[in-house]
Amino acid sequence: MNAPVYNFAYLNEQTKRMIRRAILKAVAIPGYQVPFASREMPMPYGWGTGGVQVTAAILTPDDTLKVIDQGADDTTNAVSIRKFFVKTSGVATTEKTEDATIIQTRHRIPETPLTAGQILVLQVPIPEPLRFLEPRETETRKMHALEEYGVMHVKLYEDIARYGQIATTYAYPAKVADRYVFDPSPIPKFDNPKLDNSPALQLFGAGREKRIYAVPPFTKVKSLDFEDHPFEVQTWDQPCSICGAEGSFLDEIVTDDKGGRMFVCSDTDFCAKQQDAKL
Amino acid sequence: MKTLLSARDIGKSYGNRVGCENVSFDLHAGEVLAVVGESGSGKTTLLRCLSGHLQSSSGEVTYAMRDGRTVNLASLSEAERRLLMRTDWGFVHQDAREGLRMGVSGGANVGERLMAVGARHYGNIRAVSEDWLARVEISKDRMDDSPWAYSGGMRQRLQIARNLVTSPRLIFMDEPTGGLDVSVQARLLDLIRGLVRKFNLAAIVVTHDLAVARLLSSRMMVMQQGRVIETGLTDQVLEDPQAPYTQLLVSSVLQV
Amino acid sequence: MSTVLKIEALQKSFTLHQQGGVVIPVFDGLNAEVAAGEAVAITGPSGRGKSSLLKLIYGSYRASSGRILVRSSEGWANVVAAEPHNVLDLRRTTIGYVTQFLRVIPRVPAEIIVAEPLLERGVDEAEALGRARQLLAKLNIPERLWHLSPMTFSGGEQQRVNIARGFAAQFPILLLDEPTASLDAENRGRVMDLIEEAKAAGSAVIAVFHDENERHKVCARDIALH
Repeated sequence: MNAPVYNFAYLNEQTKRMIRRAILKAVAIPGYQVPFASREMPMPYGWGTGGVQVTAAILTPDDTLKVIDQGADDTTNAVSIRKFFVKTSGVATTEKTEDATIIQTRHRIPETPLTAGQILVLQVPIPEPLRFLEPRETETRKMHALEEYGVMHVKLYEDIARYGQIATTYAYPAKVADRYVFDPSPIPKFDNPKLDNSPALQLFGAGREKRIYAVPPFTKVKSLDFEDHPFEVQTWDQPCSICGAEGSFLDEIVTDDKGGRMFVCSDTDFCAKQQDAKL
Repeated sequence: MKTLLSARDIGKSYGNRVGCENVSFDLHAGEVLAVVGESGSGKTTLLRCLSGHLQSSSGEVTYAMRDGRTVNLASLSEAERRLLMRTDWGFVHQDAREGLRMGVSGGANVGERLMAVGARHYGNIRAVSEDWLARVEISKDRMDDSPWAYSGGMRQRLQIARNLVTSPRLIFMDEPTGGLDVSVQARLLDLIRGLVRKFNLAAIVVTHDLAVARLLSSRMMVMQQGRVIETGLTDQVLEDPQAPYTQLLVSSVLQV
Repeated sequence: MSTVLKIEALQKSFTLHQQGGVVIPVFDGLNAEVAAGEAVAITGPSGRGKSSLLKLIYGSYRASSGRILVRSSEGWANVVAAEPHNVLDLRRTTIGYVTQFLRVIPRVPAEIIVAEPLLERGVDEAEALGRARQLLAKLNIPERLWHLSPMTFSGGEQQRVNIARGFAAQFPILLLDEPTASLDAENRGRVMDLIEEAKAAGSAVIAVFHDENERHKVCARDIALH
């Protein structure tokens, strides 16, 4: 029995063209959600099919691919997706952020600053930032078209009224190029500043919802807030327990059943680099 | 006095069925026009055509905008129309759930229009919201509650506050007291009367209740089967009805 | 003396469609003129004619034919043919009307009911309330009742609130429908005082009086309806 032969990066060329057209539209209108004909992928919805389709459409044999999930290269999902691309395209892979040309990520942006020529592909569950307050697709499309974003501030107002502060800590809405409000995917708000004026191209793929959007390089991305409740990022009162870095996003790890915890960098590559630097 | 809203030959049909037809009138600042009729009279259809919720089949509506221009509403872009409906106009629904955002607090409901036109200071938005809630007799300590926790009368009052926060000049109301207890109705009507006088509001109120029409409106239009049967000053239509249908309607009510 | 009200060939009848379309005539070919500062009584047999004339002047009834000309600061207007918003303007500025019975609205305090004609003219609320309270006091309505709705007042108290409302603002034309009915002697006297004050201030008064003595005391002449 012969092993199946895949087209390069799994998708056929026509599909890749269709997705690239969607990507071009997305880049031309930063923050605007472009509908695309999302394909059946060999993993179910909710497992990164949007990100995988975007990566598959832009991948070339000369690329070096990095895949992370919640900042880590070695979790199940990151490993599975990386292996998928190796199997279907044979591209080189890396865990080092600075060596990658394409970085597919779920729910984090790497700590290491990105450079021009790199492409960040983010996996998006629900692309529509207005969905929680307005369930009708017909209405949300109109709201984007007419720039009717008052309702986003209603959500933030509600947070402050209820919790005394803006309670949204991930998937924090932001305005792209002073025009479209978008959902940057469930990255922690800690990562929102990295979106702004990045040298890299940032692409967002939602497979189940069939939308692609983009933030081109060096584009303004401003997180929503109030004048008297400005946007703030999370801080920790201790450094990473492993590498000692201060100012990276830390995961809380429960170490025993007596309440023992430690805080470590969520970005494994970054943490490793800090450790190497100390040696 | 300049005409605020002018309707000419408004008609709405659904195939062969007539929703309303040949409706014409002028409305001025500070005037409350009641549109009365029984179920199926076309009054709600008319209201929705005038307020932009429904596309009329014929006729035109002109409106004197805040900037002084008089525009044909059909000529407005969708963006302009939606902005108009959010700032210079208000719409009070019979069922408050249609006119409120039930998922957010009372205060947020009132503040929404402000945020929609660019208000970005939480403290100020909250203060204005509090002020308006007080005007509609909703106490400050209920401001952060969801409208699900409000009574029917409170929800209606919240709807009114939500609409008035941008100082609209024209309010459309669809059976504003429908389904409310009598004492609650009285309170709401009193509130509306006071606000109409204080802010010189113009309003078009659809109701089947002649007593409500008498209380709120200075002018009245009686509709039957989609057509306007009689129109005039409210007290005149109620005390000296000319048309047979109007006489029937007036004589059917216990006390007007 | 300048004429402020002119009634020309006024005809009124009611057509009762509920009763098979029977036509009830009220009056026909009525002519009259009233000048500023004059008080005129409407007389005639008991029935709906007298109040009807007041209602016609006010625009609450629709004339079958004829003209009712009213002089306002804007010139002459024909109430019979005027647009509704113009009649509303006239009611705010020119024609005052004390009906036979107070139309009671729940919740609205007596002092606001009385102040309303002033509030509608844009008068400052404090000033309007001040004048309202003055009138209520003059008509012997106890202060404890001022902030209450007249729903629970006696007939006489309600009527006095009604009268106070009618005299709160100055009107060039003042229509009075049985203003002293259901009042005791003292209050009747107060009302007569108010009417004289209005006349002196230049109002044309057109009134229906049940009591002949009062009628003669106030009104120099009659408009007789047959």
